[in-house]
Amino acid sequence: MSMSRSTVFGNFFEDKNSKLFLSTLLLVTAFCASSNLMLPKDSFFYIDTYTITLLGKYLSFALLAMAVDVVWGYCGILSLGHGAFFALGGYGMGMYLMRQIGDRGVYGDPLLPDFMVFLNWTELPWFWYGFDSFWFAMLMAVLVPGLLAFVFGSLAFRSRVTGVYLSIMTQALTYALLLAFFRNEMGFGGNNGLTDFKELLGFDLKADNTRVSLFVITALILALAYVVSLFILKSKYGRVIVAIRDAEPRVRFVGYKTERYKVWLFVYSSILAAIAGILYVPQVGIINPGEFSPLNSIEIVVWVAVGGRGLLYGAVLGAILINFAKSQFTGLFPEAWLFALGALFVGVTLFLPDGIVGLFQKKETANDNAG
Amino acid sequence: MQVNYNYSPKQYLMLIPLLVALIVAGALLMSGGNVYANENEQLQDLINQLPNKKLNKLEGVISELETFPSSIKNEKEADKVNKLILKIFENLLAGKLYYLKSDKSLLSVDKSNSSELIISRLISGEQLDNIKKQDIKKIRTNNKLRKNLRKTISRLTLFSNDPGQRRNAVLNMLDNLGSENIELLKTAKEKETNKKIVGLINTALNLIKLDSQRADIRLEAALALSGVMNPVVKNRLTDLVQKDSEGHYLETDRKVRNAAEKSLRTIESKSNVYNFIEKIFFGLSLGSVLLLIAIGLSITFGVMGVINMAHGELIMLGAYTTYVIQQLMPNNIGMSILLAIPAAFIVSGLVGILIERGVIQFLKGRPLETLLATFGISLILQQTVRSVFSPLNRQVSSPEWMSGALEINPVLAITYNRLYVFIFSLLVFAVLLFIMKKTALGLYVRAVSQNRDMAKAMGIRSEWVDAMTFGLGSGIAGVAGVALSQLTNVGPNLGQAYIIDSFMVVVFGGVGNLWGTLVGGFTLGVANKFLEPAAGAVLAKIIVLVFIILFIQKFPRGLFPQKGRAAE
Repeated sequence: MSMSRSTVFGNFFEDKNSKLFLSTLLLVTAFCASSNLMLPKDSFFYIDTYTITLLGKYLSFALLAMAVDVVWGYCGILSLGHGAFFALGGYGMGMYLMRQIGDRGVYGDPLLPDFMVFLNWTELPWFWYGFDSFWFAMLMAVLVPGLLAFVFGSLAFRSRVTGVYLSIMTQALTYALLLAFFRNEMGFGGNNGLTDFKELLGFDLKADNTRVSLFVITALILALAYVVSLFILKSKYGRVIVAIRDAEPRVRFVGYKTERYKVWLFVYSSILAAIAGILYVPQVGIINPGEFSPLNSIEIVVWVAVGGRGLLYGAVLGAILINFAKSQFTGLFPEAWLFALGALFVGVTLFLPDGIVGLFQKKETANDNAG
Repeated sequence: MQVNYNYSPKQYLMLIPLLVALIVAGALLMSGGNVYANENEQLQDLINQLPNKKLNKLEGVISELETFPSSIKNEKEADKVNKLILKIFENLLAGKLYYLKSDKSLLSVDKSNSSELIISRLISGEQLDNIKKQDIKKIRTNNKLRKNLRKTISRLTLFSNDPGQRRNAVLNMLDNLGSENIELLKTAKEKETNKKIVGLINTALNLIKLDSQRADIRLEAALALSGVMNPVVKNRLTDLVQKDSEGHYLETDRKVRNAAEKSLRTIESKSNVYNFIEKIFFGLSLGSVLLLIAIGLSITFGVMGVINMAHGELIMLGAYTTYVIQQLMPNNIGMSILLAIPAAFIVSGLVGILIERGVIQFLKGRPLETLLATFGISLILQQTVRSVFSPLNRQVSSPEWMSGALEINPVLAITYNRLYVFIFSLLVFAVLLFIMKKTALGLYVRAVSQNRDMAKAMGIRSEWVDAMTFGLGSGIAGVAGVALSQLTNVGPNLGQAYIIDSFMVVVFGGVGNLWGTLVGGFTLGVANKFLEPAAGAVLAKIIVLVFIILFIQKFPRGLFPQKGRAAE
């Protein structure tokens, strides 16, 4: 496995798999988008808007899985709290969308979102200021999770909290945020979260065009994130990261300040997760504290594990496959989903340590060796 | 020999009055026991008058009934009759006294939650199912009668032989005191032998004195009430120092006001002390829960180094074991709880061994994979329980000796279930400490966790020790589940709610250190309860979590880090 990875060192566009992945992603996206917009509804190849939105949701999950893979697969930091960064990004987008509702809410208050009117608040809390501007909102949606990751990461990595301890601390982090966001006093809609969105940058969120555009944008951002992540990980910085994963004390003794590398990678990963959240919310139409639940965060880890960690397209594949399975399962036999998910956890760790992608790669390497 | 069982319907009808008479007689025999025949008849005669009388005549019957027991010479019998009469009066007061139209026998009628009538015989308590609404009639009362009844009841109970009843009688009187009670209370005080009740009666008398016309009597009473911990006293004293709407003090005499204020301050400072004690107790109670849920983990995670995310679900299994055992023996709740402790240990322990043998042993040295796999197991266990027992919460009832509270004074009460769980957690801790320090298994466990290869070389079957250790930690989780079933609802998510807390306790206390878990659990519990009033329950929890996150930065190995070679 490490063989195949080291051969792609250098220009990553020489990497056969990356090319295959990117071209598949873009082709499928182009096909889905054009089929929805241009084909007649009774055509065999027509894809309805519901499916498009579902695909968009899967792609934002894929981006989230990629974020986890960047830290876990390449640096050995198992974060059980990436759902927190995802949700924070989502809340940033949600706040912007909330402000766009304006006076079209149930209570018709021009300034205050419905839930604040409901709580008898008279003015907008200070941290809601500026969220009527799209770019400010997006900036905050990325900055806040990034800052949180920076503070948490520098505290944790500097005191050399590693392995299982770190995992549990990240889980505690998202758990604390879950509790906090459930409180009405926090000013983020409490239990119900933010919902009832109307439009994004003036585009009606219920319109087919908007939904297809969101899907296409998600796919493009996913592709971009893939390229950027690969660029980072294949650079010298990335080689140090992988070295830290394999033998941190040795890298430290060689003279690298490993905690700095880890912090910045953690921040980068949290920003990817936040962007995933930003893309997720307008497509799903709701963000609530449930996204902070530790179970959600740990599910992301399974996507990565099933797909194959340490390979970005593996994470993407895992996220899409499992979420597709989840949609099918929960529709057909809702009881069985947790059984299936639990069995996946156990099965993948016991029998498929390198995930689905690893399965194919092993065959390839075996073939190479034979030939 | 063939017996002819074919009675005609008419013969059946003739049987009914006979049956009723038998039941009434039987009931009377059961309740009255060996009351002398004439007294028994007299009493029955009086009781029989209850359904017949008009309202104004009912009063006479009541007063006759009240004095009736004093005519009985045998003390035991008098006491029994007293209780019966009290029961009649209380039912009458609550509007629950009915009678059967057919034979005029007395009934007690309750309404269930679904507003169905629950009818039972007043005297025997026997439940009657096949009686319709139109077969019974209520014995009506009016305001005047009820007022008299209340007094009669407090008179009856004030001189009862049961100190608890006497105490309740005085407590009931505190709520609506009047000068008409003075004589009664004074007589009661003379007869009273129980010091606590004498104190209560004194409080009542002093409260009455506060209404006196003479300022010196009021002053004396206000001073005497200093430091009496009863909400009624506090309210009365606060009233004294209040102003009315025109700015005049309700109490005109300045000395009395000052005395009242002084007494209030004493009460205030006393209640602060009690509040503090209460908070400590609540904190220790929460701490004992944390200790129970974390102690099993400190074995599997701390000593073995295996991270078991299904630990919470093993706790849940223990709680469900309690539920199942209780379903099997619904008539013996106390026994079922005691039986549940070993049963839960075995169930959770076996599941734990199964997990260790089936999954964890193959993931040795790969902690992150272990974490994921055991998390998967936790999902499977949760869903299994949800499928078998339904996703709804199950009610596990507490035995009688665990319900209720140890009332130290009116502001400080310690609930028995929390007290028992506290003691139980210490017991479990002691047993575990004994196992780890004094038994062969403990020695093996410590040897394997310090140096597996060397332990193997000394002939220790490390595989077997792994399974046993994991079984022990899991079994303790099951026992924790039994305790939790007495404090919270039992549901499929029971374990999930505690898993993060329990990891925090172990990490905070120092991995691999049982004493650290003890100190960590109680510290976090008490800290949580002291933060709660200031910050609210949720925020307190968040503060504690953030504190631990920061604490781990400074002390990555917890409060009591392992030292020496075992640390690496």
